[in-house]
Amino acid sequence: MLKITRFGVAAALALSVSATAALAQDIKAAFIDPLSGPFAATGSNGLHQFQFAADRLVNEKGGLLGGRKLVVDGFDNKTSPQESLIQLQVAIDQGYRYIIQGNSSGVANALTEAIEKHNKRNPDSRVLFLNYSAVDPALTNDKCNFWHFRFDANADIKMDVLTDVIAGNKDIHKVYIIGQDYSFGKAVSAAANAMLKAKRPDIEIVGDELHPIGKVKDFTPYARKITAAGADAVITGNWGADMLGLGKALVANGYTGPVYTYYAAGSGITAAFGEAGKGVIRLVSEGQTNPPVSDVASAYYDAYKAKYADGNVDQTRITNTIAMLAAAIEKAGTADDVVAVGKALEGMELDSIWGTKLFMRPQDHQLIQNMHILQHTNEGVTYDYDNSGFGVVVESTVEMAGMDSPTTCKMDRP
Amino acid sequence: MDLVVINLIDGLVTGLLLFMLSSGLTLIFSMMGVLNFAHASFYMLGAYFAYQISLYVGFWPGLLIAPLIVGVLGALVERYGLRRVHQYGHVPELIFTFGLALLIEEVVQFIWGKNIVPFDEPELLNFALFSIGGNAIPAYKVFMIFISIGIFLALLYVLTRTRVGMVIQAALSYPRTVEALGHNVPLVFMGVFGVGTALAGVAGVIAGPVLGTFPGMAFLLGSIVFVTIVIGGLGSLWGALVASLLIGWLTTFAATSTFEFASLLTAIGLERPEDLSESYIRDLWTLSLPQIGPILPYILMVLILVFRPFGLFGKRDV
Repeated sequence: MLKITRFGVAAALALSVSATAALAQDIKAAFIDPLSGPFAATGSNGLHQFQFAADRLVNEKGGLLGGRKLVVDGFDNKTSPQESLIQLQVAIDQGYRYIIQGNSSGVANALTEAIEKHNKRNPDSRVLFLNYSAVDPALTNDKCNFWHFRFDANADIKMDVLTDVIAGNKDIHKVYIIGQDYSFGKAVSAAANAMLKAKRPDIEIVGDELHPIGKVKDFTPYARKITAAGADAVITGNWGADMLGLGKALVANGYTGPVYTYYAAGSGITAAFGEAGKGVIRLVSEGQTNPPVSDVASAYYDAYKAKYADGNVDQTRITNTIAMLAAAIEKAGTADDVVAVGKALEGMELDSIWGTKLFMRPQDHQLIQNMHILQHTNEGVTYDYDNSGFGVVVESTVEMAGMDSPTTCKMDRP
Repeated sequence: MDLVVINLIDGLVTGLLLFMLSSGLTLIFSMMGVLNFAHASFYMLGAYFAYQISLYVGFWPGLLIAPLIVGVLGALVERYGLRRVHQYGHVPELIFTFGLALLIEEVVQFIWGKNIVPFDEPELLNFALFSIGGNAIPAYKVFMIFISIGIFLALLYVLTRTRVGMVIQAALSYPRTVEALGHNVPLVFMGVFGVGTALAGVAGVIAGPVLGTFPGMAFLLGSIVFVTIVIGGLGSLWGALVASLLIGWLTTFAATSTFEFASLLTAIGLERPEDLSESYIRDLWTLSLPQIGPILPYILMVLILVFRPFGLFGKRDV
């Protein structure tokens, strides 16, 4: 009996020692995004892409700093800022030093404030905020701080690209702007109004409205209003189920013009649009998957499909985020001192496997990269989304979009 | 004017869809006193089952089979779940249905994933029937209207003109007397629960292609269904119908209106301040009716509860 107990204690001790050793080894990143609720699809697909990128770009190549693994773990925030702050605290307490978030600028605004405060008060457990998708311009302007890095182009840069295309289309005379009622939707509307006025003063904005986010059951009334206003083009920042609902309602109810938007691909949305979205949906996005840019990119995509047969690489910025983080950790020579990692990220230049240069602008931590207008179609698609035969194909490209865009950021560096 | 006609049609579609959900819920509630939180989850199951069936044999068999499966599932839940919990009182029943709703959502995510599944209208109905001022009315919507009205008439007939309906109505008000007369009341309960959930299943099948089939669909519709039965009056089929249509039209018209509260404020003689952040009512200056559209049904519910607590057509107190 005594022997068994002794053995048990010894085994438990050995296990706990090896477990803490393994924990100290891993570089841990917390992915705080919706993993349940109306936007669960968007969040969980993002998590898969992060985990895949970490495995493929880092762990399979022997890890960082001589063998330490990079792991990305999911924390469900239900798209709620309050819930995100709780999850942030949980993650920090568990020793995570890299916080990843992207869905909803409302959440990102709450996180960036909380992280700035936390880092000021707790120099021993500072964290970096890697924002891969929240594009409210304020995050790299008035609300910028040293800890926040954005790997997606902000709403203003994207709108600049979109309005260039709209300005070039002489058939468009009336534009309708519609978005979700929160900071990002408002930013899209403000940018669209200002830029259209500057580029094509003759274009009339026949509607500009916001709807509750994630609460509209049926978008038919909105589609009616848009058609009744005689719009030739629609601009929207909607995402997730809100994007699908709006797009489907528009097509079903007789609207035939283009819908210029940010997030209308992957996560089941492409399959759900199918034939109806062809010639209608135009996206502005980073990252080119069709036509494929290189063998490396194709191999990456194939490997992802082999692991997640139902998934898509629909957020190429996720690959870029992991690649840049890994490069910064290597350059800093540490993963635990996030100030050094942050300084290494500032001003970093890197070549993305998706065929663009990446430049982390030091003054506001906004990543500068090539932006594309993508078209939802089933022609010339090598990598379709949602196994639907439909995908997005590059229609035009703006090199290093927003390189000279202004910023009001005044950053305090540690 | 065109937009008004279009809105009437769209509101009718939304309203009738709500009715199919609320009719089952109101019957179940009035009969068993159970607020079935999982009702909208059965609606979601209907959509997912129909999607799965449509992959093999197309949309039409799914329209028939999926609600049947949902109904049988509902009856089983009543027989082996609710009936056992019933003896412990109403609170455990509430918790049971609440847990069931969470469980169904997880199961759905487990089987079909978190993505939106591509569940589409049948080819046969995938065209615009007619259009008013550039706004197309898809044939599928007209089909939805006919299905819902058909179900309403059938329910009305069964409840008021048949022997089964009489027993159900009697069991609603005097369950013990009905039992004493030799009727199997637990069986009636099980039947009503099954039919109620099957109705939710039908709603799911026909709404899935239009509103999107995804794990959040039950959550989106869940609360509004309760609002409907409170407004309509518990246990009243007509109440459920009128309240559903009312909510359908209310939300549709609110969403398409361009009314801004700023015009109301100027009408009563206020002037828009230069700097809105200084104003106490700054939110009112920038608010428009479409923005508050989704909360209008809830405001209506509060008003009903204040002025007519048993609902529009209800006979007893909430």
